[in-house]
This record gives sequence, C-alpha cells and structure tokens, in this order.
Amino acid sequence: MTLLNTALLSLRRNTMRSILTTLGIIIGISAVIIMFALGEGAQRQVEEQIESLGTNVLMVRAAALNTGGARQAAGTVSRLTLDDAQAIKDDIPEARYVGASINGQAQVVASNKNWSTTLTGANIDYLHASNWEIGQGRIFTNNEFNRASKVALIGETLAKELFDDPGFAVGEEIRVNKVPLTVIGVLAGKGQDMRGFDQDDTLITPLTIAQRRLIGNNSQNAKRVSRLTVSVDEEKNMDFVTEEIEFLLNQRHRVSAGDDSPFSVMNLSAMLSTRAEASAIFSLLLACVASVSLLVGGIGVMNIMLVSVTERTREIGLRMAVGAQPRHILVQFLFESVILCLIGAVLGVLLSLFAVIAIANSLDWDVVISPLIILISVVGTALIGVGFGFYPAWKAANLDPIEALRYE
Amino acid sequence: MSHTEIPAISCKQLSHSFPMGEEPFQVLKDIDLTIRTGEMVAIMGPSGSGKSTLMNLIGCLMTPEQGEVCLLENSTRGMDRAQLACLRRDHIGFVFQQFNLLARTSALDNVKMPLMYADNVVKDGDERARRCLESVNLADRQNHTPSQLSGGQQQRVAIARALINEPSILLADEPTGALDSKTSEDIMALFRDLNRQGKTVVLVTHELDVAQQCDRIIFVRDGVIQSDKSVISHREEVTP
Repeated sequence: MTLLNTALLSLRRNTMRSILTTLGIIIGISAVIIMFALGEGAQRQVEEQIESLGTNVLMVRAAALNTGGARQAAGTVSRLTLDDAQAIKDDIPEARYVGASINGQAQVVASNKNWSTTLTGANIDYLHASNWEIGQGRIFTNNEFNRASKVALIGETLAKELFDDPGFAVGEEIRVNKVPLTVIGVLAGKGQDMRGFDQDDTLITPLTIAQRRLIGNNSQNAKRVSRLTVSVDEEKNMDFVTEEIEFLLNQRHRVSAGDDSPFSVMNLSAMLSTRAEASAIFSLLLACVASVSLLVGGIGVMNIMLVSVTERTREIGLRMAVGAQPRHILVQFLFESVILCLIGAVLGVLLSLFAVIAIANSLDWDVVISPLIILISVVGTALIGVGFGFYPAWKAANLDPIEALRYE
Repeated sequence: MSHTEIPAISCKQLSHSFPMGEEPFQVLKDIDLTIRTGEMVAIMGPSGSGKSTLMNLIGCLMTPEQGEVCLLENSTRGMDRAQLACLRRDHIGFVFQQFNLLARTSALDNVKMPLMYADNVVKDGDERARRCLESVNLADRQNHTPSQLSGGQQQRVAIARALINEPSILLADEPTGALDSKTSEDIMALFRDLNRQGKTVVLVTHELDVAQQCDRIIFVRDGVIQSDKSVISHREEVTP
C-alpha cells in the first residue's frame, strides 16, 4: 500500500512527464478501440446486406450476347420468361423460391407529390427469395397476380417521399404512367445494398401488370422477364442447383451442347461472403496497425521509466540502505508504469467512445462498440505496463546500493 | 558493560579487492576489528585508505571477498541482497554526509520512510516518527520539507530517520562534513547523547576534533589498521 502511494506520489511530482507518457498510451488504446469499432461496423453492414439479399440466392440473367460481332452488356436481351421460373420450381426441388422480375424506372405520382423510383414487376416468389418483408398492409395475392390487378407495394423511402404521413400509405392511390395503382402494403426497410443503393426506394407491382402497362416494352418482349431470383434450400446445394438451372434453361431454349449459354447464373451469396471475408481481413489489418501504436506507447512508458530510474538512483540507494529489498524497489517501479498505463487506458477508452460516437453521428457509419474489446485493451495495456515497466524496474532493483548512493 | 556481551560488530581477517587493470587493487588487507556494544568509534584515514570500504562492509552494503563481518553475531557471509537488506533494516541506522533526504517530502514522512519496508504493516508509524523527531529536538518542524530546513536540521531529520527502526548501531559517514563548526558540535553532541542511551556509534571522519569526541579512534592506512587508540580523558572533559 505504501509502495503504491510512493509510486503515485512520484508520478504526481512529474505531472507533465506523466501526462505526455500517458498520451502515447491514450492514442494507442483509442486507435485500437476506434479501428475495431469501425471495422466491426463495416463487417456488420456486410452481414446486413447478406441478410437483405436473402439466404442462398442465385441470380439468373441473360448472358452477354453477340449480335453481329458486337458484344452487348449482360442482360441486354433477355429470353427468360415466367414459364422458365415455373419450370425451375417444378423440376428442381432444391430451388425453394423462384422469383421472376423485370425492372424499370418510373415516375410515381401521389396527389400533389411525385418521385422517380425503381419499379420492379415481380411474382410472389420474388418477394420471398429477395427477403422482402411486409411492414404494413399485405403482399399481393395469386389472384391479383393472375388478373394483373392494379396494386402496388412501396418501399419505406418511397412512402416517405410520397406521403406526408407514411403510416397511412396503405389504401392510398398512386399513379405510374397514368395507370392508377392502389398501395396495398409498405415493405419493411432493408437499407443499402452492396453497391450502396437505397433498396427501400422502390415500387413493386405484380409482374403481370408491369409487363402489360407499366414498363415500356414492345409487344415482342411482353412475356420476357429480366431476371430470375432463386432461393436454394441449403447452402451445400448451391453449386448443384446452379448446374441444374443452366442445364434446364439450355434444354428449354434449345441451346446446342457446344454453344455458349445465353444465360448466366450468379451466386450472389458467395460474392457477398467473399466481401465479408475481405472486410474481416481489412478490419484485422486496421487492428494490427492500431496495436502497433499501442506498442509504441508502451515503449514510451519504458523510456520514461528508464529516465525515472536514472534520475532517482540516489533515492534508490538510500531506500536500499534503510532496508528496502530488491523486490520492494521492483514493485514500486512496476506500480508506476502500470499506473501510467492504466490511467492512459481509462482516458483512452473515454476518448475512443467519444470519437466513435462522433464518427457514427457525423459520417453516419455503422460502428460497433464491444465491451469485450474495451476489456481486452485495458487488460492488454496493464500487461504492457508490466511488460515494458519490467526492465527499468529490474534495473532499479539490481542497482548496487553503494554505487547508487554515490551517484551524482 | 561486561566482556561476555555480544560484540556489536566483529571483523575477522577481512580482505577485499577491487578489479583495477590487470592486478586487482587490494583495498583491505587482513583486518581484525571488534567494536563492542555501546562503544562510540571514529574511523579515520586518508582517501583511498580503505575506510569507506570498511564502512560499507560493516554497514552490510556489500559482502567481503575474504574473511567475515558479523553484526551482533549475524555473519554476512553468503547472504543475498534481500537478506543483507533485512539485516541493515533491523540493526543499522545510516547517516550520510549529504543527508540524503527525499526532496519535497515532509520531515515526518522522511523519518517514516524506512517503515514501509518492514515485514509487517506498521500502524503507529506517524507516532513513532514523531517520537524520533522529538528525540532530535525537531518536534516543531515535522511538516517542513528539507528545503525549509537548515543543514543541521536536515542532518537531525536524517538521524531521526536512522532511529526509526530502533537499531542498535548507528553508522555515520562524514556526518559533519557538510556542516559548519557550530552545527557540527550540535550534531556530535546528539551522537554522544544517543551513544549514552546505548546506541553503538561508528563514524567515519576527516576531522580530528570530531574524532576526538569518540571513545576510540581507528586509523586506517593502505588497507590496514595503523592505530587503534582510546580517547577517554577527552570525553570526561566535554561531558558537563
């Protein structure tokens, strides 16, 4: 206890020096916690994207096509139809949902407001496969789908843009290309997709009405859908189902064996998990860089403790002469370095919490504050105090009392 | 004082050398010395004579190369640093030429300092330190820091510190070396007083008039004891 007091006293005697030394630790531990919070936040964002994508999703699009020597962008000309979707569902039991959809831009008008948004014409399976949940109201029924009813589901963002009170959007009428549609449901929010687009800025109608009235297709395309979204029952079946779909579609569209397939099947889940891995590696890298700055802080502590031991050589000699054993001197100096580090740790934690909250609020980034990481970094810092404080303390404890007393 | 009493300090065939170039420098050669409990002894000698080494050996700050140092029949032979520290703590009070007080620390805390190295927590530390300060007539200065005290007062604080663990032996290395002659007399009077109370006092000095206030003067030269004389008459003269 008195050794602790002595250590505290000597730190207070050199306030400026103690503060500067502590600053190294403060910066180090803040860096660790901030980097971790940001890295973990990015991680969680990817996880949310995976979640919003739906589980085990394959996307089928028309592949890049050669028309007279010019390769066109993938999906430009689609030969997929709703019947293809039905065939996949019927023939491949592992394909749990097979969504069929077409996309377009639409100017949506509701009483005195209007808004440009993405319009998706889809079947009911699309809603399940893409993991759309309903926030208010209901999704469209089979009956409404078959009859091409003029009904619409709107995303959260669209609801906000069109209606003064989004809570009462259900039952309102909106117009797209002069076609009046009744809002039957508001979709639950999904946030941004992997490219940063707001997925909630959207309008979904039955595929049938979209094909007939809403998306400006010519009659030749009236039966086409632009893509199929397939939800597979289990992850291990993804590759198998991919092959099955390719085979089935080539067969249905009479593609001969040697030709390039006009369809491409993409494993979106795999793409996202690759991204999740990349972001995990990136946040690990950040944490490593941050740990280096904590290490540098530790070296600063060691440096200042060595100075302190040299400065107080005579005092150490005196203490030994009056009966201090080597372990007393060792413990006294270890206390000093550990206290320095712990004060730095506490201030660093406060600073980093402040910084993380500021970043989260000002830049609107996802952050994760993990109590475990805070605990680990505080304990780690205490260990740094012991680790880097040990050599100076050991040096002090092994001074020759006679030499030390004579030291000028 | 009977002759059967345990000697405070006894040195037997003490030799010590320092490495210096090729040949080690023999700083002490075959010293035999006994200091009885209750004696007041001055060790004199020119610099380089080996008196400091003798003092360090007696003070258990080091162990001898050859021979033996016994402190109240505890031989320092083979002791490790921690054991030596305990021996110093329990039996020896050190007084230094430069006082060696902790700066910016009150007289009371300076006196109390050695207690933190006791095996058991000392609860009445303040009270004990106050009594020690009283015994050196500094009871009214307990909250002063060294910079607020004169040289003589600082040395008296240092003496009070040496007394805190109630040692039987006081070792003083040039205790009056940094003081003027009037203050030196006060400090010597204090040492004589402590000696009369039963403390064995050993002091190293250059000044003959300081040495002559002791019972016995040991003169060391070139690593051997050149003379060892008693000074009885002088003490009777000085004592009122």
